[in-house]
Amino acid sequence: MPGKLKVKIVAGRHLPVMDRASDLTDAFVEVKFGNTTFKTDVYLKSLNPQWNSEWFKFEVDDEDLQDEPLQITVLDHDTYSANDAIGKVYIDIDPLLYSEAATVISGWFPIYDTIHGIRGEINVIVKVDLFNDLNRFRQSSCGVKFFCTTSIPKCYRAVIIHGFVEELVVNEDPEYQWIDRIRTPRASNEARQRLISLMSGELQRKIGLKVLEMRGNAVVGYLQCFDLEGESGLVVRAIGTACTLDKLSSPAAFLPACNSPSKEMKEIPFNEDPNPNTHSSGPSTPLKNQTYSFSPSKSYSRQSSSSDTDLSLTPKTGMGSGSAGKEGGPFKALLRQQTQSALEQRGGSPHRFCKRREFPFFTLTAFPPGFLVHVGGVVSARSVKLLDRIHNPAFVGIMGNTRSYKLLDWNSFNADEPETRDAWWAEIRQEIKSHAKALGCHAVVGYSESTSICEEVCILSASGTAAVLNPRFLQDGTVEGCLEQRLEENLPVGCGFCHIPYDELNMPFPAHLTYCYNCRKQKVPDVLFTTIDLPTDAAVVGKGCLIQARLCRLKKKAQAEANATAISNLLPFMEYEVHTQLMNKLKLKGMNALFGLRIQITVGENMLMGLASATGVYLAALPTPGGIQIAGKTPNDGSYEQHISHMQKKINDTIAKNKELYEINPPEISEEVIGSPIPEPRQRSRLLRSQSESSDEVIELDLSHGKKDAFVLEIDDTDAMEDVHSLLTDVPPPSGFYSCNTEIMPGINNWTSEIQMFTSVRVIRLSSLNLTNQALNKNFNDLCENLLKSLYFKLRSMIPCCLCHVNFTVSLPEDELIQVTVTAVAITFDKNQALQTIKTHVEKSLQRASTDNEELLQFPLELCSDSLPPHPFPPAKEHLESASSNSGIPAAQRAVTVEKASPVAEGNFRNRSAPPCANSTVGVVKMTPLSFIPGAKITKYLGIINMFFIRETTSLREEGGVSGFLHAFIAEVFAMVRAHVAALGGNAVVSYIMKQCVFMENPNKNQAQCLINVSGDAVVFVRESDLEVISTQQPTANCQPLCTGGEVTT
Amino acid sequence: MTNELDIFVGNTTLIDEDVYRLWLDGYSVSDAVARRVRSGILEQTGATAAVLQSDTMDHYRTFHMLERLLHAPPKLLHQLIFQIPPSRQALLIERYYAFDEAFVREVLGKKLSKGTKKDLDDISTKTGITLKSCRRQFDNFKRVFKVVEEMRGSLVDNIQQHFLLSDRLSRDYAAIVFFANNRFETGKKKLQYLSFGDFAFCAELMIQNWTLGAVGEAPTNPDSQVDDMDVDLDKEFLQDLKELKVLVADKDLLDLHKSLVCTALRGKLSVFSEMEANFKNLSRGLVNVAAKLIHNKDVRDLFVDLIEKFVEPCRSDHWPLNDVRLFLNQYSASVHSLDGFRHQTLWDRYMGTLRGCLLRLYHD
Repeated sequence: MPGKLKVKIVAGRHLPVMDRASDLTDAFVEVKFGNTTFKTDVYLKSLNPQWNSEWFKFEVDDEDLQDEPLQITVLDHDTYSANDAIGKVYIDIDPLLYSEAATVISGWFPIYDTIHGIRGEINVIVKVDLFNDLNRFRQSSCGVKFFCTTSIPKCYRAVIIHGFVEELVVNEDPEYQWIDRIRTPRASNEARQRLISLMSGELQRKIGLKVLEMRGNAVVGYLQCFDLEGESGLVVRAIGTACTLDKLSSPAAFLPACNSPSKEMKEIPFNEDPNPNTHSSGPSTPLKNQTYSFSPSKSYSRQSSSSDTDLSLTPKTGMGSGSAGKEGGPFKALLRQQTQSALEQRGGSPHRFCKRREFPFFTLTAFPPGFLVHVGGVVSARSVKLLDRIHNPAFVGIMGNTRSYKLLDWNSFNADEPETRDAWWAEIRQEIKSHAKALGCHAVVGYSESTSICEEVCILSASGTAAVLNPRFLQDGTVEGCLEQRLEENLPVGCGFCHIPYDELNMPFPAHLTYCYNCRKQKVPDVLFTTIDLPTDAAVVGKGCLIQARLCRLKKKAQAEANATAISNLLPFMEYEVHTQLMNKLKLKGMNALFGLRIQITVGENMLMGLASATGVYLAALPTPGGIQIAGKTPNDGSYEQHISHMQKKINDTIAKNKELYEINPPEISEEVIGSPIPEPRQRSRLLRSQSESSDEVIELDLSHGKKDAFVLEIDDTDAMEDVHSLLTDVPPPSGFYSCNTEIMPGINNWTSEIQMFTSVRVIRLSSLNLTNQALNKNFNDLCENLLKSLYFKLRSMIPCCLCHVNFTVSLPEDELIQVTVTAVAITFDKNQALQTIKTHVEKSLQRASTDNEELLQFPLELCSDSLPPHPFPPAKEHLESASSNSGIPAAQRAVTVEKASPVAEGNFRNRSAPPCANSTVGVVKMTPLSFIPGAKITKYLGIINMFFIRETTSLREEGGVSGFLHAFIAEVFAMVRAHVAALGGNAVVSYIMKQCVFMENPNKNQAQCLINVSGDAVVFVRESDLEVISTQQPTANCQPLCTGGEVTT
Repeated sequence: MTNELDIFVGNTTLIDEDVYRLWLDGYSVSDAVARRVRSGILEQTGATAAVLQSDTMDHYRTFHMLERLLHAPPKLLHQLIFQIPPSRQALLIERYYAFDEAFVREVLGKKLSKGTKKDLDDISTKTGITLKSCRRQFDNFKRVFKVVEEMRGSLVDNIQQHFLLSDRLSRDYAAIVFFANNRFETGKKKLQYLSFGDFAFCAELMIQNWTLGAVGEAPTNPDSQVDDMDVDLDKEFLQDLKELKVLVADKDLLDLHKSLVCTALRGKLSVFSEMEANFKNLSRGLVNVAAKLIHNKDVRDLFVDLIEKFVEPCRSDHWPLNDVRLFLNQYSASVHSLDGFRHQTLWDRYMGTLRGCLLRLYHD
């Protein structure tokens, strides 16, 4: 009995009137944890009851503490009939289980009912006493910290980044149980909410166990999703990156290390490590020599399972760097077993590194400096599966025997159900791994997984960026043979990651290589696609912008396998077109690299939708993109010719305009300096180390659009014409607006503290009459463009501002409905100040450039240190090296690097003028999809927020129709997230994400239902202006590692 | 292609002041969009009409959801659903409870009942204010009335506390509640020239001096069931006002009063002769108004009587406002020199307020 949970119910307020006669309510509260229930007294006739209950004490295992939510039900007492439920509050007590997170949960929680929404609030206090128990970590994993943030959290330092952790749990969906036919919608919704809460808890605990096995103490970039598979069940799955983190104890400690106290001191400690010996990994790491046998994905070892039931039609896709998209994959269906064996063969690659880690994947998108050595390009894999084939006979037995809903016994099911799903994912991951290898990379960063389900068909997708990492940070600290040569290179700052990791004589796809425009030493591709955030030290010219490729494809309605085959056949074409669109749009913007690329393929009854979003930038290291050349097919036709030349002019004008808009004016470099482009590698002999099918095919499928600088678009039919037109229809955002889907906007560094996070949802109904691919594309394009236009209009009061982390999600809830959900944050920046800072930066850098290396070193430290991703302890030596290799860069380019230094630091200038909101009775809780808060320092992480809500109505019209219903629901979800954060003692949620927003309506029945799943990290932040006061009071403090978990284990 | 669903939800609730005004003014979404288009917003922002339509819808939905909370403003402060900065909350409340002069003049002093609500159609037509806006304003009056009607303590404070209105608006509402409670007639043709401000001014004086709350004796015995409320006139005081009748009934007293006033004002008034000639009429009028206040019906007609008995006669003789002030001051003060008159405090309580009111009411 290692824990005691204590709960006190203090009061309620704004309760609904439950007794029409008196217009009052006789409320009482049931507090339930596990199987124990306590009740408060009935507080008669009040809408603001003061229960002030005793402390209800639950003595429970910490395993339960992790899995179970605390369930608080508010009821109206009725003497003669059954008590009426007013609503519930689920409280995840997980944050109380970490030693350094929240110590108490106390505050007002909205009382939520799945039918009526929020009905008043309840004040609750929750505490946990954990007893020390030697067996503490056997089943539970209390103490492992979870972060949704996809970079090393701000007040921590990464000691070791262990790698990929994944887990999934499966259950049947209560909505599809037989009992659902006789129970009320409310009971059904609550069963579902509770189940998902329970499954999330269990999943997190299991992942925690894996982390402990790896001797880590935290999971960063934790992404949990659920798949509603309908009849076949409910899957909750999660991936993350296991790390060993050190808490940086006091912000004040780092002040002395920082030469300019007025600067933001968030990451400075990382650069000037006060205690380098204890923290440095590599040979001196105490953990290094510990041996342990652990396989991050246990299930994978069973990959050879003979589940011949599933139809494996796996189009594999890797989007390589270079003008060639590594594309397509097999157009023929492959039998899974064949793939499997092929994969296993490939497993015997010379990269020992890869062999050791089953999946060298990292869900992180931003990294400590020096971590990312080279980036190969985007790798992705998709697979179409049939869900109806895997239902488990064991379910039937349970369903027949149990009358009431209960969580299934895991021991009896684990072996079967999750296995199939695990195998599916393992297959995809293997695919990704081999793609990465084909790109000469041993790791995949910015990795994510997703699904799209329609009826019984499911598309599993995974994507990431193939990369070469610096093993210093990884558990296997020793330098491995295959990596040595890379590490010996003096990596130039700002361009190193662009250099090709693959062998130029043995390229996995035809690319167009040149010498790096930055250092001139290494080869770079002409275009680079990645799924990660822009590295902070990357040299960028001008500003970036959001680039989207949108695509629809009609598909015949079909059943089961026929349907799956049809989808599989369409997928490669969609990938190809999405890629082409992205490339065209990128060229049109005059840019040469994409960051944060996310391609979403959504499957519907009669169509497939593809939506790719990314942030385009101009990397100084990469060559200037050529223009777009249009070629007609009938050159002798005069008027046609004229039309073509007209179009060509329009395109050229657009490119010129965009260059101006995004301030893309790279320094002129004469051809002589660069030398002529490297001739195409003539030898195309396949020297790939492993004869992987996918890489073979990639070469066969040559997607490079001509080998010349200019990108030729051939207009040979009306379709192509349409494409060109659609290229030109994308309207740039109104002046003063920028948008990106990455954390920060390259080229903007002076954010103010004014932020506005929002979610916008649109559903359009297509007229079923004229459904052609073109019409569909146009509709979809208009939908997205109009949505963006609306956002710009709504947020016009924030100009100049940037929409950051713009996240589009497409779903096809019904035949003719397209739903697009957007979540983003608008951040205001100071335009005038921008100019000033740039100016001073340029001046400074010009001055500095002439001085010696030492000074050069200080400069980037001061200015860049507070840029976004944390910088865990780059040894000073490394920096010196990079700095020296840097000195060759022209001053103008240096300035560019510096200019984008910190979005955070400069914010503090404006902070003080921000209106104080402290007087409000309800504390303000900020929400943002970013990992930071402009102008503020995160001082504490309180735990992850992972909430799932269902809302249903049978009076849709009365609630304002679908819009009214969903508007209210999303507002309520925000409110509940804020309330939970506030109760934990936090004042913000960072890395907030709405992972699911499933909306179903039945207007004829006046009904609608919506499921929303959100997550994020609850944090405490302090305004920088306030922080200065505090920090000057404590000039010194120790930087003590506050590690829990990992080190305690035996 | 039609938008089935179109929403925008911010973590901080976006409030567009212009749209809020249109909503408060009772315009439908399409009317509001039309008005916004006319304001030139499309040209300024480069937006399309569809964008404007969607934006307006969104705001209207938000306001609709907020309306429930605005009915009990403290709820708006404590609720968790909409995160709104305090300054914005204050703006929302203040604007919601603001009313149109034209509207308030129509319902001031009327019983805030269903019957009156039925007349809102006519008021809407007459004033050009949309029916929706009329309803909101009427409901606001009624809601404030219901909440503070039975409450002890200062009317203005009660309103401020329960509706979080600014001082100015709370005072206006106090006047509205006071008028509604006492059902003062304000709609007669004769009274049309008076503004809401005039009445509110009078109401404030009356609340300060003529109600039970004004006496301020409650603290000695807080448990007493005396309704020390600001909304009801002090019945005892009204009873006592009968005693003032002696000032006009007793011929000697009346003459003495007149001579005192005339002596003091000789040479100081431009309308001295008119005053001298009219003194008895005016005095009779003012004292009779007081004596009649014991009847509810006459309380209702207070303003009609004051206009008929005092304002109109003076106006027909073209008294300048300053002369009216001099006269009223002297008229009130001279009573203190009347030896035979024993109700000096009563007189001061009555006349002090009345003098203020009359001066305010005396204009064109």
